[in-house]
Amino acid sequence: MIPRREPSPLGRTTSGFLLVGFICLVFADIAISTGDPWKEFGLLLNGIVTPNFYQTDSLTLAIAYTMAFAMLGVAFGNIAGFGLALVFHYRVVRVGCAFIRAIHELFWALIFLQMFGLSPLTGILAIAIPYSGIIAKVYAEILEEADPRPLAAVPVGAGRTSTFIFVRLPDVWAHFRTYSMYRLECGLRSSAVLGFIGLPTLGFHLETAFKEGYYSEVSALLILFYLIIATMRVWMKKPLLPIYLIGAAAILPWGVTFSWAHITRFLTEDIIPYPIRAGGENMMASLVDWVTMLFLNQIWPGTIATVQLTMIALVATGLLTLFFFPLISPLLFGRTARTGGHVFLVVVRSTPEYILAFVLLNLWGPSMLPAIVALSLHNAAIIGHLIGRFTETLKLRLDAVKGLNRYFYEVVPRVYRPMLALLFYRWEVILRETAILGILGIATLGFYVDSAFADLRFDRAMFLILITAILNICVDALSRSIRSRLRLHTTLEER
Amino acid sequence: MSLLELRGESAGYNGKSILRDVSLKIEPGERIAFVGESGAGKSTLLRLLYGRLGNTAALMPQDSALVQSLSVFHNVYMGRLHQCSVWRNLRNLLFPAATDIEEVRKVLTPLRLEEKLFSNVGQLSGGQYQRTALARALYHPGRVIVADEPVSSVDEHQASEILSTMNCEKETVLLAMHDRALALEFANRIIGIRDGGIVMDTPSAGMTPEDLDELYLAGGMITA
Repeated sequence: MIPRREPSPLGRTTSGFLLVGFICLVFADIAISTGDPWKEFGLLLNGIVTPNFYQTDSLTLAIAYTMAFAMLGVAFGNIAGFGLALVFHYRVVRVGCAFIRAIHELFWALIFLQMFGLSPLTGILAIAIPYSGIIAKVYAEILEEADPRPLAAVPVGAGRTSTFIFVRLPDVWAHFRTYSMYRLECGLRSSAVLGFIGLPTLGFHLETAFKEGYYSEVSALLILFYLIIATMRVWMKKPLLPIYLIGAAAILPWGVTFSWAHITRFLTEDIIPYPIRAGGENMMASLVDWVTMLFLNQIWPGTIATVQLTMIALVATGLLTLFFFPLISPLLFGRTARTGGHVFLVVVRSTPEYILAFVLLNLWGPSMLPAIVALSLHNAAIIGHLIGRFTETLKLRLDAVKGLNRYFYEVVPRVYRPMLALLFYRWEVILRETAILGILGIATLGFYVDSAFADLRFDRAMFLILITAILNICVDALSRSIRSRLRLHTTLEER
Repeated sequence: MSLLELRGESAGYNGKSILRDVSLKIEPGERIAFVGESGAGKSTLLRLLYGRLGNTAALMPQDSALVQSLSVFHNVYMGRLHQCSVWRNLRNLLFPAATDIEEVRKVLTPLRLEEKLFSNVGQLSGGQYQRTALARALYHPGRVIVADEPVSSVDEHQASEILSTMNCEKETVLLAMHDRALALEFANRIIGIRDGGIVMDTPSAGMTPEDLDELYLAGGMITA
């Protein structure tokens, strides 16, 4: 009697997500609307291979500002995140952190732009606030997973502070440092992207150069950016940290003034939903109208588009990862080919998805296609890198087959679980990015947020950001429940 | 014509020499047990022999040999991966074909694994795991089997079952064993390894486990 072949829970989840991704794709607009996309692409490629480093002044300044915002933002985020991690067992702290990290840096930047204008405070806070929420969560997890044995050996009567400093901290310090380095890399990307809303970082110069077709300058900016990220381990040394931070604070243009009256008005009036602000007898009725109007015209279509794009990008990321991780896997490619694979993955994952989407949008015209390609390339390069490194730990038997047979039978089945774990872990990250790409003109929630800011309807903007944050928290919870049901785990290095 | 001949071979890995000056001739149809202390060089010698035989031999390595996340069917089917086209293999990975299921089932039935056909290997008991590893080697078309400690983690009854199946199904059997009684029972030639060299090479007929003691005791020298 041959037993029936039952699909595994993992297989069922995979087919479910493939199906959802496919249905979302069927209803998506992925047309290329520009007349001759490949001609412009040719010009871009031509520019990429002929970088122009002669605009030294603006190049140096763009890179310096990008690094300064990243340094200060990540430093403050780290300090606040560490403090929050210590009190992370309070529910209110956990919920608060989940909330502030559910809002993307660019949304924070749009909010602070209304309060502090182009003051450096806008950029620093836009990075520091969401990062402190992320860092608090990760540090709290690191503290929780630390070896409990030394704690039992502490003499009775030792104070809580000294116990923490002598017992807990030494154990987890190395993890904190590794994670801070990773966050700084993320901070550099965030800082670069902040330029797109007007701060003087890389994105600003990139957008200008791109719009004017100076592709050789675009190339020079990007190459410098990759070099900064690739050499981070060389220049980021502990003794130099104070110098970097003081230097960063010194070079930023602090001259911009802002008025407290203006900030107070923004916080106490502008962001309050209009019907409440106006008051009057029919306040409740007009508030209901206001919410209904916003829901029907913006929240509903925006949420649908955001979820749709997220699902397509998630599935595409998974499929693309299957192509990317072999490029750096010693089980499948030789040393020379792997070097090329490493360079490719470093470049793709160091390019912020926002910049990728911006470039592709200019080549292909507005549709979901640039966003899908940008999100899946960037995320697949990140997951592919981690999975490729994971295959270095696998040992195959002496008689293992070669080539595609090896890939399908020996390698993919072994990496599939960790790959899905990482993919679900990044689901929420992809959603946050999807929302943000709306600023580029794709009709996700970010599009409506950006339009509301442009129309100076701050009450609508804040309400939409709130909805985006709630959506993000929901997806995070769903991802966590799927991961725990399928028993998919990520290790510390992969967060 | 002999199946394989080694003349004064040396082998090792990571620049460390483990086997020194080994000469050996193997005829088709022989059932050879390589015995000796762990670390004496049995596994290295088997690797060397398998390297020479290549795909004409089926291999049963010592550990981490099966893909945990694949089913018994897939792991056994992997014994013939090298014979089929990539496309057929890929199709069988996702949607196993009835003919291949039948072929694999024929190997699994005598090993009492039929109802585990589509269970993941990660869910099997130690004995079932070892029998699956054997099924994979039996599914391999090679007439020779090279097995490194194939019964190290199963009880005596299952060990006998695995070794006698191996003897029935394959023409030539090359085994590394630490269990002396089983080695004498199932092999017709015993090769004793010590400190990277062959120190005993004799038919097993009439030998007792005590005759092999010298291989394990310090200082003893044996001339074969």
